[in-house]
Amino acid sequence: MHEMSLADGIRRIVEAQAAAHGFTRVECLRLEIGRFAAVEKSALAFAFDVAMRGSPAEGARLEIIDLPGRALCHDCGETVEIGHRLAPCPRCGGGRLMPQGGDEMRIRDMEVI
Amino acid sequence: MCTVCGCGNGPKLDGKTPGEGHSHTHDHAHGPDHHHYGTGAAGVSVPGLSQTRLIRIETDILARNDGFAASNRRVLAALGAFAVNLVSSPGSGKTTLLCRTIEGLARQPLAVIEGDQQTSADAERIRATGARAVQINTGKGCHLDAHMVGHAMDALHLAPRSLLFIENVGNLVCPAAFDLGEDARVAILSVTEGEDKPLKYPDIFTTARLAVLNKTDLAPHCDADLDAYEANLRRINPAIAVLRVSARTGAGMGAWLDWLRAGLTAKGRS
Repeated sequence: MHEMSLADGIRRIVEAQAAAHGFTRVECLRLEIGRFAAVEKSALAFAFDVAMRGSPAEGARLEIIDLPGRALCHDCGETVEIGHRLAPCPRCGGGRLMPQGGDEMRIRDMEVI
Repeated sequence: MCTVCGCGNGPKLDGKTPGEGHSHTHDHAHGPDHHHYGTGAAGVSVPGLSQTRLIRIETDILARNDGFAASNRRVLAALGAFAVNLVSSPGSGKTTLLCRTIEGLARQPLAVIEGDQQTSADAERIRATGARAVQINTGKGCHLDAHMVGHAMDALHLAPRSLLFIENVGNLVCPAAFDLGEDARVAILSVTEGEDKPLKYPDIFTTARLAVLNKTDLAPHCDADLDAYEANLRRINPAIAVLRVSARTGAGMGAWLDWLRAGLTAKGRS
């Protein structure tokens, strides 16, 4: 449910950018979301549609770019890329992995008119 | 409505809307990480995009929250106060643990911020111990954010070298994403919840420095395997410290109080 708070954060950024750059409409907004970010993408897309009503981004296309999840393996000491949070280390098979990034949630860019 | 930050339609503080008749002393400093977006290379135009412009932003969605968290952190640092953000599912025994903790810490200056969707029951339980407490009601909200906590800190007028306990909304999901400006996040997991909870809800345990395994007195009655709890916690977060506690019987409370005192001492040195 916190996806609604995230969408509200996006709206604030859109409105600040609209004031700074003098645009009236956002055609497309691109987000970068890390694989380990605490966000459900479909819930965020739904919240986005609702939260942008009445803003320059009402009706905008939302594109979400996945960023890989990286973790430090406490068994072999290497930083490795893993597909999901409970995946074993692809290098040594160890199961004690500490995420190192992959929790990003940011707006990358916007196409505006 | 608070004219500095526009708050007023959301959460309630002890049943009142923040911003009504308050001085708004919490720091709305506009640091480099706060509020002023668009500091990166912006206004880039891309050939081939007729009538549209591409604006690069590279801004964290939670930048606003993180700005308030940084502000809270500055206030705490200036006071030498040590703040813990207590996260757990509903019913893990957070409030009972806090009541016993307050009794155990005796003369230590401390204060409590209670977060719940509804009721001031928890703040009243805390106040019954003699401690200062403020209740945040988030309404429909599923987590505390740094802005609400900043207002609550204003209301508490923290003493220097205080311990501040922030009891988050009982929820193993949403609070994980929101930095409140705390020094340490502490996850409380009771032995009735099931050994697999750290695997099912990893984010909250990944971001915690300490896990308190609570209600250990009940372990024999619900076939809880405490070693399995610890193994699953360390699988999600190999660096996490784990303490086994029963707030009801007092078992393990000494180690928890020592952990808090050590955190406060370390904060004073930094």
